[in-house]
Amino acid sequence: MSEKHNIIPVWFFVGVLFLVYGVLILGSGLAEWSHPPNTVLADLHAPVWWGILLIALGVVYCGAFRPGRNKV
Amino acid sequence: MTAILGMLVAERLAHLSAVDLAIVIFYFALVLGIGFYLKKFAKTGEDFFLAGREMTAWVAGLAFVSANLGSLELLGWAGNAYQYGILAAHWYWIGAIPAMVFLGLVMMPFYYISKTHSVPGYLQLRYGSAASGLSAITFAIMTILMSGVNMYAMAVVMKVVLGWDINFSMWVSSLTVGVYVAAGGLFSAIFNEVLQFFLIWFGALLIPILGLYETGGWKGMVARIQQNFPGQDFTHMWGPMHSFSSNPMGIHWTGIVFGLAAVQSMGYWTTDFLVVQRVLSAKDIRSAKMAPIIGSFFKMAVPLIVILPGLLGLAVLPMHLVPGSQVGPGQHSYDEVLPLMLVRYCGPGLLGLGVTALVAGFMAGMAGNVSAFATVWTYDIYRPFIKKNAADQHYVSMGRWCTIIGLFVSIGTAYLAMRFASLMDYVQALFGFFIAPLFGTVLLGMLWKRVSKAAGFLGLLAGTVTSITLFFLMKSSPHWVAIFALSPEAKGLAQAMYQSLWSCTTCVVVTILVTLVTKPRPDEELRGLVYSLTDVAKEEHASLFHKPVVWGMAALALLVILQIIFW
Repeated sequence: MSEKHNIIPVWFFVGVLFLVYGVLILGSGLAEWSHPPNTVLADLHAPVWWGILLIALGVVYCGAFRPGRNKV
Repeated sequence: MTAILGMLVAERLAHLSAVDLAIVIFYFALVLGIGFYLKKFAKTGEDFFLAGREMTAWVAGLAFVSANLGSLELLGWAGNAYQYGILAAHWYWIGAIPAMVFLGLVMMPFYYISKTHSVPGYLQLRYGSAASGLSAITFAIMTILMSGVNMYAMAVVMKVVLGWDINFSMWVSSLTVGVYVAAGGLFSAIFNEVLQFFLIWFGALLIPILGLYETGGWKGMVARIQQNFPGQDFTHMWGPMHSFSSNPMGIHWTGIVFGLAAVQSMGYWTTDFLVVQRVLSAKDIRSAKMAPIIGSFFKMAVPLIVILPGLLGLAVLPMHLVPGSQVGPGQHSYDEVLPLMLVRYCGPGLLGLGVTALVAGFMAGMAGNVSAFATVWTYDIYRPFIKKNAADQHYVSMGRWCTIIGLFVSIGTAYLAMRFASLMDYVQALFGFFIAPLFGTVLLGMLWKRVSKAAGFLGLLAGTVTSITLFFLMKSSPHWVAIFALSPEAKGLAQAMYQSLWSCTTCVVVTILVTLVTKPRPDEELRGLVYSLTDVAKEEHASLFHKPVVWGMAALALLVILQIIFW
């Protein structure tokens, strides 16, 4: 991100956001598994697989761009 | 907190669960945290107003698109897709991609080499104080009005989805934006715009995925729309534009090609400082050229999360939405289609993510407006006209105060926006007022060294006056609509396209005529500002993969393919 300033890459913050949201959404999806909410296509359990996707992306971004790694 | 929210709740489509609230609160905490973290890096004027000019092409490109992806964009264009069908996608494709590629390949080198802080700053160098002052003042007005419109759009979402009081939503979100932009300047705005870009995508993408699943794919969706709205064509882009009366927008293809693609989108994407400022933060000229081209690929994909939900709304929503001015008890307006679709598919967790995405859209748009406003006010109005030659720190301090003041002014203008029946008609009118003639002035200035200072100023003034005059004439009587928009069938968006076309044409004609009777500036004053007198760095040594022109052509080729698919 920055040569002049030693700033944490923005991608790391993106990873943190994905990771935290992934955990919250996956947890919510699992909690409502046996009694899904009153929404259309609730039987697809979208929060579960969407949460897993966000966690996976979060882990990749946090790992690849964690502070201390000299990478843009 | 819960008690306060409880008091503000009136009627709602959905209730936020504990996990939804956690998602919303974490987002606010993160953006504020980033703002305070970046405060220590925004010390000089270049840091605060141009993010130190050290952003990579990817970061600048994503911020470039994200600054435009405000809640107005999300809600207004989803609403327009419901109202006008896939014709609304023209504003993302032919009405954006050629202009973004043109900015990257042709205009960015001049902005970047001249080391200007802003677009009015370029006009100052090219035409002097008169044209620059006019542009700076009109831009400042436009950004503040835009900011107010964005704020109103966001507050509507909160009202529809959660029942939150409009005033409460506007004040909490806008104060958050004010704090993080005032703290970290453009650094903070750009960081949060990149964050918001991802959040918007992952918050909104489930709507088209689940929507297409429900309708059985694109064909199933089209069949349902035809069943719900027989006799109307909502799913073809060019076919229904052979006459004004054969499409829901009341527009002819000439309005899209000449009004939108050739003038309005070129004006917006190449001279609106809100978006250009993001690219000026790039670390070198190649990154500055690549940023808008990278952005163009993402822009091409945005209809997936904006236009498609509007079309799916036509197919699956049990009720028919109505114009904002005609909403009665139990009815919903066009602009509410996206939140309605969100509530249809998203339960706890995902609802919080979707709501946060819409709030993030609002914040991205507003941060873009206030940071651009602070820069133009400080460098193009305050410094040349009020206090010259102050210390750099003084201007940084002025930028911070401007951010806060601009925020309060835009809160005031949000209440003004509520009075207009159609959100997007209002904004399109604003674009037409200032952006279309400005494009004529900047482009002639870059390409023709003969253009004089007086010609630049008078051309810009004539174009702006023409634009405002046409707007009020067409609002006053359908008679004027038939004359200037070429048909009485032309709706608000169609009128705005022709208004842009006439105002830019007036600007160009007046500029040329005045140029021919005035004395040109000497060549040595125009080096780095005009095409024929500027040595733009070539990239002979770059591989094909790294050449902006190759990616620019790829974006245009993809655009053509999309037009053919959805013809």
